[in-house]
Amino acid sequence: MSDFTKIAFFMFFGIAFVFGSMLVVRLLSTSKYDPIKSLPYECGMDTIGPTWIQFQNNYFMYALLFLVFDVETVFLFPWAIRFSQLGLMAFIEMVLFVAMLLLALWYAWKEGVLEWS
Amino acid sequence: MTADWLISLGTGVRNIVVSLGISDPFTDYVMTILAALVLMAVLGMVALYGVYAERRIAGFIQYRHGPNRVGPHGLLQAVADGIKMLSKEDLIPNGADRTVFRLAPYIVFTPAMMVWAVLPFSKYVVAVDLNIGLLYVIAIVSVATLGLLMAGWSSNNKYSLLGAMRSVAQMLSYELPLVFSILGVVMLAGSINLSAVVEAQTRVWFIIPQFLGFIIFIISATAELNRLPFDLVEADSELTAGAFTEYSGMRWGIFFAAEYANIFAVSALATTLFLGGWHGPLLPPYVWFFIKTCTMMFFFIWMRWTFPRLRIDQLLNLSWKVLLPLSILNILLTGTAYFFFFL
Repeated sequence: MSDFTKIAFFMFFGIAFVFGSMLVVRLLSTSKYDPIKSLPYECGMDTIGPTWIQFQNNYFMYALLFLVFDVETVFLFPWAIRFSQLGLMAFIEMVLFVAMLLLALWYAWKEGVLEWS
Repeated sequence: MTADWLISLGTGVRNIVVSLGISDPFTDYVMTILAALVLMAVLGMVALYGVYAERRIAGFIQYRHGPNRVGPHGLLQAVADGIKMLSKEDLIPNGADRTVFRLAPYIVFTPAMMVWAVLPFSKYVVAVDLNIGLLYVIAIVSVATLGLLMAGWSSNNKYSLLGAMRSVAQMLSYELPLVFSILGVVMLAGSINLSAVVEAQTRVWFIIPQFLGFIIFIISATAELNRLPFDLVEADSELTAGAFTEYSGMRWGIFFAAEYANIFAVSALATTLFLGGWHGPLLPPYVWFFIKTCTMMFFFIWMRWTFPRLRIDQLLNLSWKVLLPLSILNILLTGTAYFFFFL
């Protein structure tokens, strides 16, 4: 049996746990609708304006930068596992690769992507 | 192989399963299901008594009593809270995206449970001895970000939305130093199987050659767990409860169970990667594992009640301008030191 079939069991049990407890809640709890009770909580006031609006684009810049470095880890992990066998040359090559990405980080830093405004 | 009653227990249960006439491919299934059930019970205990421990320690640090009325020293408080949450009304706010609102606890809790599958509690005592264990943990843990975003977005509440947005920015930013700090360990161990990483620490725990990596790992892990001083996702005093503002009753309880399951998982990961896992003198291996993991959990709780919260710009600066360059430096230092000493 493959290891990921076993993982699937764990996934199933995780879902079952949440589903089961929500089922128990349905059996035990009372439920009575009240328009005031189900207002969104905003410190005693009614919500002003729509909630689902366009949002600050700073978050997007960080996400883009994250993507670059996250792809880098895909290359770094196989190298790190075989690190001691691959020897000095592979290490120097990896240093150059990482240096290029650090250059990208430095450029983003210089251009002010990392400043919160 | 040391005489470890956990292993004898496992072998014993396996023999019983075989003697029941269950043939070979299904023995594995049955054993995995049993392991999952046992781990689920342990997870439940960790969640309940993690909350209790946190409240008692908070009380101690703030010079007041924690919960001490229900049962001896308040030990049954956790059970009482559990029953209370199960019997509370299931509320969904007006105008919320009901499907996503209901789905979010599943997306947060299931990864927390799935990470437990690969934790090596002792030699041979691991539910699924995955050969890419470390990569699996990193991948699965980041799924919870999606759950937090769903919870915050669907609640139709501005605090929740802010909390959700922050959670994504924060968890993306801190995942990088976390992954890079682990790479130093991978380079020394030469494997990403968690049991093999522990085996590689027989002579010396990796906290000694990888001290910088350990510090970066702990800081980023605290941020990934959304705990103070990085709890901008919840930020009680400014966002009420952040992404969880509209959640109540058992749905909220599930988020909390997931949080404590994650604290345990991350503490166990720190133990496995840096503190020598189950290695230790005199006491049985699993006892050492739990001692180290509980010490790490205590450390996370201690930090929460000691430090003030960071602002979001400080938080992101710390990750991108300090921790990320430092963690890359750590990889280079590890490599250089390796070639300096072993060639």
